[in-house]
Parts: sequence; C-alpha cells; structure tokens
Amino acid sequence: MAEILLAVRGLSRRFGGLLASDAIDLDVACGETHAIIGPNGAGKTTLIGQLAGDLRPDSGSIRFADQDVTRLDAPLRARRGLARSFQVTSIFRDFTALDNVALAVQAHAGRSFRFWRPARTEPTLREPARAALESVGLGARADVRAASLAHGEQRQLEIAMALATEPRLLLLDEPVAGMGPEESQRMIRFLATLKGRRTIVLVEHDMDAVFTLADRISVMVYGRIIATGAPAEIRGNEDVRRAYLGEDQA
Amino acid sequence: MSVSRRTLVLVVGGVLLALVPPVAALTSQPFYLDLVRRMMIFAIAAVSLDLILGYGGMVSFGHAAYLGIGAYAVGIPAFHGVENGMIQWGLAIVASALVALVIGAISLRTSGVAFIMITLAFAQMLYYLGISLETYGGDNGLRLAARSRFGGPIDLRQPAVFYYLVLALLVLLLALGSRLVGSRFGMVIRAARSNEARARAIGFSPFRYKLTAFTIAGAAGGLAGALLANQTEYLTPDFMHWTRSGEIMFMVILGGMGTLFGPVIGAVALLLLEDVLSALTEHWQIILGPILILVVLFAKRGLWGLLVGPEAADG
Repeated sequence: MAEILLAVRGLSRRFGGLLASDAIDLDVACGETHAIIGPNGAGKTTLIGQLAGDLRPDSGSIRFADQDVTRLDAPLRARRGLARSFQVTSIFRDFTALDNVALAVQAHAGRSFRFWRPARTEPTLREPARAALESVGLGARADVRAASLAHGEQRQLEIAMALATEPRLLLLDEPVAGMGPEESQRMIRFLATLKGRRTIVLVEHDMDAVFTLADRISVMVYGRIIATGAPAEIRGNEDVRRAYLGEDQA
Repeated sequence: MSVSRRTLVLVVGGVLLALVPPVAALTSQPFYLDLVRRMMIFAIAAVSLDLILGYGGMVSFGHAAYLGIGAYAVGIPAFHGVENGMIQWGLAIVASALVALVIGAISLRTSGVAFIMITLAFAQMLYYLGISLETYGGDNGLRLAARSRFGGPIDLRQPAVFYYLVLALLVLLLALGSRLVGSRFGMVIRAARSNEARARAIGFSPFRYKLTAFTIAGAAGGLAGALLANQTEYLTPDFMHWTRSGEIMFMVILGGMGTLFGPVIGAVALLLLEDVLSALTEHWQIILGPILILVVLFAKRGLWGLLVGPEAADG
C-alpha cells in the first residue's frame, strides 16, 4: 500500500454514558479517497471533530504526515495541511467569495501581523484565491457576497477555501448534504476530478457519492469501525448489510 | 468623475470641523469650540471601541476604564509637578495598553455574556480603585493645575490650538484605523468575528489577533482619556463608571458599528442630543432612549449608514 498519511490508533471519546468513538483504528493512504459511512448516531461527526482538532480524544493517538498531532488544536493542524468542510456550511458570510478564499490563503501564508498594506490588493493572496474559485466553477461569482450565494455555491466555496491552501488532507463532512439532485451530481463530478490528486476523508450519507468516489470505505456503527475495504467488498459484507446498507436498501 | 456620497460626507464633515474655531471666534461663542472639542475626544474613544466591537465582535463593556487611566496618567504626574505632555500622554497610552493587555488576556478566553460581564467587572474594579485613591482626591477627583505642556507652538491653553490638536489626532486615528481594518491583520479579526470556527479551521488562532486589537483599542482609549482630562481640567473616578462605558457604546451603535467614521458621527450626535435635550427637560434621557431604539431597529449601519447609503460598509 502507498505511504500512510493519516494513522489513527485506539481513538476513544466518551460523552457521558455514550461511547461515541470506541477504540477506532483508521489508516488513510496518500492519494486515496476514504469514505466513512454509517447510520445516524454512529459517531462520524465525533470522529471528524477529533481528526480536525476541535475535539480532544479521551485516549488514542492521531498521526498525520508522520507526526503525532493528537495534542494540536485545529488551527495548528490546519496550518500543517489538514483542511476541512463542515456538515453545516461554514463560510464568512459578510465577505465576498474571493475574500473568503483569500483569507484561507492568508492563513497558510503566515505573517498576518501586518497592519498597513491593504490585504485586498495583495496579488500573492488574491491570485491563488481566484485560481481556486475558478477550479470549483465559481470564477464568475468572485465578487458576490458569500451570504448571497446559492446553497450549492456556498458548499463549492467551502471546497475552494480548503483547496486554496494546497492541503495534504481534505476532510469533507457531508459535502452534498442539502443539495438538490443536479447540484449534488455536479459536486460529485467535481470531487471525482480531485481523486488521486488529493487525499480525502469523506463522510457522507449519499451512497451514490460514496460508491462513485471512494477507493476504500470504512463503516461505523455505535462508535466502532466494523469493516474497512474496497466498495465491492463493503457491498458484499454481511455485517455491513445487516447493520447499515440493509436498512437503506430493503 | 462623479464624487461618491461617502467622499462628499467626509469632505463636508472635515471642513465643518476645521471651521469651528474661526466661526466660534467670529460669533464670540467659545462654548461651541469647547463642545465640539469634547465631541471629538469622545469620537476618539468611540472609534477605538468600534475597532474591537464593530470589526472584532468583542463586546467590551468597560471601555471607559481606558478613559480613566488616560486621565489619571495626566492628573497624577501633574499633581507631583510633572507637566510635560509627552511624558503624561505617553504614560496614558502605555499604561492603557498594558491594562488592556491584561484585561484582554483574561476576558478573551470567554465570549458572549461572560465576556461582557468580565470587561464590565474590570472597569468597575478600576472605578473603585480610583475612589480609594485618597491622595488623588478619592471620589471627589482631582483638579488639574495646568494643562499638559508641550514645547513650541503647541500651547493647550490656547483653545483653538488644543482644538486643532484634537482634530489632528482624530484624523490620524481614522487614517491609521482605515489602514488597519483593510490590512491582513484587520481581515483576520473581521473573519474571526464573522465565523470563529471557520477562522480556526483555515488555520488562524484568533486569540492573539484579538488580544492585539484589544490592546490597540485600549491604547487609543487612553489617549482619549488624556485629552479628556485636559478638556475638563478635572478628573474623577466617574470617568470610569460603567454608565460612561455604556455611553461610548451608544455612540458606536448610534453612529454605525463596524464603520470607521460612524462612531465619530455617533459621538457628535449623542453629545449634541444630550446638550439640546437637557436644555429642554431634566428628564431628557426619556427622549434619548426611544431615539436610540429607533436607530438600532431601523438603521443597519447607524447614522453613518443613513448618510452614506450602501457604501457605508466600506468603513
């Protein structure tokens, strides 16, 4: 197998009586698209929160690019190349689309203790931002206020913000949630163009998206990963059918 | 080339402010010079609060603390015979910045109502500290024997000279502020206000940027306090009372939060209303209250938004 970019070992997190993450082991190889699926309440969002650094695990470790990042907070992990989208769209609503992406570029360029030069005219921030907007198909909407963008466009904007920083790992939390069929097809097609070029952890309920995009799939149930494998294996796995797919496709 | 409404308002406003001393002299109404100078001093305080309140989303309810520190930084040295303005005003700025750094370092670990309450509590602590300073007049305060002394032509005993110095400092603050809010630093604090989780997720650690902004705002507030002590030639712990903090916040909201020039208009409007209404009735706050409520409800960017229209958001 290719080099491992993200290695999770024994990750556990308890909320009161609920073991939301139960000794999770997970390996994500460089360049793969790794989907995490599971019924509601399986602990997918808790897992993503711990991977991104918003939640501290009770025990276990997370290694990213051969370094232990278990104790690093979200901004530090982001600066090391871990970019994410949120389940509920999270953007800077009062800023233009281009500003949003330029801020992401700025966060990774470092040196934000600059008080004089107007950030909106800095080519080193604006040009990569514009390129990232073009790549997700929002080039023509660069100067529109983010709050005025359509829902699907806002989701694309989030992806552009993540991509603009040239991340080593992309954490996508339900990227097609709340989208109409056409929008979600467009998003899936776009994500497919990233396949192989980016390492992606994809949490998604939309099975269409998962089976189109994923190289490997991990299935979570009650805080545990019960199976990991190629899409064909997962489809054929009896435990998975019983625990999850069966419910959907009965 | 067509002149934008924003430019027009700024030019007219600047000219009006510059014309106050000659007009007051011609009409023998020195009172107006005094009033407008006071407005501009509060404008400096309000602009500095707006940097953190409007742009940074930090609802600091203790901004009057810096007015008090700045005033005491003039009053206490003067009491001991140190009347050099560079020393007094320098002390006002540095001491306010340090206090803001400490208050910010603690209060910025919280947010929402807790943040409001902590900043309020710190300011009230300083207020009671002022009252306990028996040497410096306790709650009666301290009379300033002489205004701060600077060399050369800057003689604050000349009302017009003092006036133009305040105007110059206000213009300087607005110029620095407009660079700041558009800079990389400014973009970070505005982004953190807009969506802190997103700011963290793209790699910003908002705390240190917010703390820096909080400290800068405190320093500018301290300068306003030094000016205010010279304006009134008198200082009391009341400079730091929480109602004073509320007044500065009203100025920001009335003028337009998150706009640079709005708080200037807010300061002018609030002090003017106070002056006009208190001449009409002793219960003038009964009239002021509804006016504030109407502005908050119906003018999105405050008075500045009403004057300037859609361009208001640009500062």
